[in-house]
Amino acid sequence: MANKDRKPFDNTVVEWVDSRLPIFTMLQKEYGVFPTPRNFNYFWNFGALAMVFLMLMIATGIFLAMNYTPHADHAFQSVERIMRDVNFGWLLRYMHMNGAHFFFAVVYIHIFRAMYYGSYKKPRELLYLLGVLIFVLMMATAFMGYTLPWSQMSGWGATVITSLFSAVPIIGESLVQLLWGGFSVDNPTLNRFFALHYLLPFLICAVVFLHIWALHVTGSNNPLGVEPKTKRDTLPFHPYYTMKDTFGISVVLVLFALIVFFAPNSLGHSDHYIPFNSLVTPAHIVPEWYFLLFYAILRAITFDFNLYIFAGLGLMGLAVAPLYMNKDKALNVPPILAVGALGGILFVLGFIAQEAGGNLIDLPLTGFKIISAKLGGVLAMFGAIAALALLPWLDWHKVKSAKFRPMYKFFLILFVINGVILGIMGAKVAEQPWVIISQLATGYYFAFFFVIVPLLSRIEVAKPLPRSIYEEVVKKVAVVLLVGTLAIGGLTSTAQAAGDAPTPPAREWAQDGMFGVFDKAEQQRGFQVYKEVCAACHGMGRLSYRNLADLGYSEAQVKAVAAEYNVTDGPNDEGDMFDRPARPSDRIVSPFANEKAARYANNGAYPLDLSLIVKARHGGEDYIHALLTGYEDAPEGVEMNEGMNYNKYFAGHQIAMAAPLMDDQISYADGTTATVEQMAHDVSVFLAWASEPSQDQRKRMGWKVVIFLIFMSFVFYGVKKKVWKDVEK
Amino acid sequence: MATKKTQQSKRDFLYLTAATTGAVGAASFGWALVDSMNPAADTLALSSTEVNIAPIEPGQAITVMWRGKPVFIRRRTPEEIAEAKGVDISTMRDPQSDADRIVDGKDEWLVVVGICTHLGCVPLGQKPAEVKGEYGGWFCPCHGSHYDSSGRIRKGPAPTNLKVPEYRFVNDTTIKIG
Repeated sequence: MANKDRKPFDNTVVEWVDSRLPIFTMLQKEYGVFPTPRNFNYFWNFGALAMVFLMLMIATGIFLAMNYTPHADHAFQSVERIMRDVNFGWLLRYMHMNGAHFFFAVVYIHIFRAMYYGSYKKPRELLYLLGVLIFVLMMATAFMGYTLPWSQMSGWGATVITSLFSAVPIIGESLVQLLWGGFSVDNPTLNRFFALHYLLPFLICAVVFLHIWALHVTGSNNPLGVEPKTKRDTLPFHPYYTMKDTFGISVVLVLFALIVFFAPNSLGHSDHYIPFNSLVTPAHIVPEWYFLLFYAILRAITFDFNLYIFAGLGLMGLAVAPLYMNKDKALNVPPILAVGALGGILFVLGFIAQEAGGNLIDLPLTGFKIISAKLGGVLAMFGAIAALALLPWLDWHKVKSAKFRPMYKFFLILFVINGVILGIMGAKVAEQPWVIISQLATGYYFAFFFVIVPLLSRIEVAKPLPRSIYEEVVKKVAVVLLVGTLAIGGLTSTAQAAGDAPTPPAREWAQDGMFGVFDKAEQQRGFQVYKEVCAACHGMGRLSYRNLADLGYSEAQVKAVAAEYNVTDGPNDEGDMFDRPARPSDRIVSPFANEKAARYANNGAYPLDLSLIVKARHGGEDYIHALLTGYEDAPEGVEMNEGMNYNKYFAGHQIAMAAPLMDDQISYADGTTATVEQMAHDVSVFLAWASEPSQDQRKRMGWKVVIFLIFMSFVFYGVKKKVWKDVEK
Repeated sequence: MATKKTQQSKRDFLYLTAATTGAVGAASFGWALVDSMNPAADTLALSSTEVNIAPIEPGQAITVMWRGKPVFIRRRTPEEIAEAKGVDISTMRDPQSDADRIVDGKDEWLVVVGICTHLGCVPLGQKPAEVKGEYGGWFCPCHGSHYDSSGRIRKGPAPTNLKVPEYRFVNDTTIKIG
């Protein structure tokens, strides 16, 4: 390494290190004086933001891994232990869980930025490709991370995604068994996914390093897409952009804290709180929102590729081919249109024949399938990512920024809207009209890349470019964040299952909202209802007697409650198991020794463990209350199975549990009248607390953190203003 | 130029506030990470254990598990008690009288954490066949520390006596450790 250009540092220690390993010189060059276009808008914050979330994910992930057990029998329990017993465990997990959502949101905006301002174009193609690679690695990491809690969503998500590979001809089955390490998703799968989930983030770091290296070779693009020419066009990275990034980061952290502390499960799915059962698939399985776009494309291919579809696609490809050839010559339009139209007609004919099963049109040879629907879907999904990677070669228009390319801008915005539509379709049940909408949207997705973008490269006349980028800074952060949040909100609200039961009416709860805290009297009454009614059949195995201290019971009261129950301990010195009174550290004793015993005593029905029930049901405590008060006589014409009871709010309306509550069934310790309504309310409160005992603590801490971060945002805004004062003048 | 100076100090104050805020935020986040490594609530809740000492004969010892560590419970013989009480403590490395290491009136019972205070090995001397060291208590095979019948360090590298855990007699035949 040539150190000749190195300027000595004043600090002797720094100088000693730097003369041997010029790391400070490097930092100074790459992050200090690095010439950066002066006209970045807030879209350029998202690279730094992605970096912050990567670091946050790794930091929280390492500490979560210290408390996590990657074993099929213990994984779910160990995650619940993190939520309940580990110091700040709930905070780390919620940060990690929602950090993934934010990481993807930030990266999607970062990708949009690259597409909008043409950051993928020469000389930044490799920089862009490395970015796509990071995105792919992120998806793999997120998918494997999602399996780790070993919930219903985990296990079935893993099953569905790994089964994609069974579409590979000939070796598909063996490939899937290789991924599973068995004949189904089981412990070996979980083990390897954990190992890979820990490994991949470091690969991401390595590719991020290359991504940034490449960036520092070419320099950053900018909103105008005009390369900086003179010193007047650039500013040193520090302090101008370090401070602007820091301000942007603190604003996004406020949003992040709001989600983590006040709505940590709003982006998740209630089935994620039910332990994995390899015999029962959840009624409505949806991936996380950031996969929905690709999931919709996967599902859009509902049809086998018969001869007509295949030939149609081939002809359309042939029609598009001239776009890529002889780029300087004008296109010979009529034959292109003719071939394209013929391809289109063949495709539509084949498609109708396939989908309508010969009812509308009967074509010969439709039974001959070249690509099955299953393989077609997988190809389309991976193709969608490949198309993204090919973008630098599909768009050879000389002008980078969409600011000067109104046509590209129009189709790109349409592409984004189309992406959101695909995302919404991905969350819908696979029924009409959603299927045809996702098929059309999939069509646009590919048409955008392979037809529209190359075509525009040939024909679009760009607006005149400014000569240099000495221009005022645009502030778009509010718009961007608003759009981002709305999009995410819109997606997740549709991502929930509808089912055939009515939505439980929303009730008011003391613990609702950002200010709500549990009412101790309600909780204590609720515990009494559980103890005297529910506990006859239902266990609460994730809760210990010591947790009851949260409800306002004294240590002596907790001990007395525990001592009412016997637990099996041992073996003693003679080698025998023995019963002893429960202690506060023991888990709440279940009424049945195991699931078999519970089913045997309940005509084959299994009274569920209630310790997570509120989080494991869509609608939470509203649903529990509705269910407990939703018993009715079966309406006319509804045939009830033997031993089943009609409940308005239960999916399918037939529930094995008979109406559990009756007026004055218990006498409340505090003298409250025990109506069904009252008991249903109280026990719902108790169960809501039991499913997340740290909820009150979370909100209290949340306020402190949010106020702190808002303060921090103002301070950094002030710093940024000060730093930029002389520039903006 | 007073105004320039005020501006200067205002700017410094702002930068200082920003740096402090950033540092406080990072440190709080760091604390949450580090504190997650401390014993969790369920671990802390398990920190006491009850032991039935009725079957132990004089001269015998048992080892029980408490907080994942061995606890030695020895029922001492009259000779061992006499030896433990008679010795001159002023010459010891960690002077402590036998009375300070047992429960009043329960001279027979010695309860110590069975972890050598040197580097954490488990000393020998619990089983009749094991060497008890030169002072009739325990001998740590790792680096040769000798403990006497009161669990005090008498010879070898260990800096302090075997630790006496917090415990009490629930009744004559049961002790509760922790």
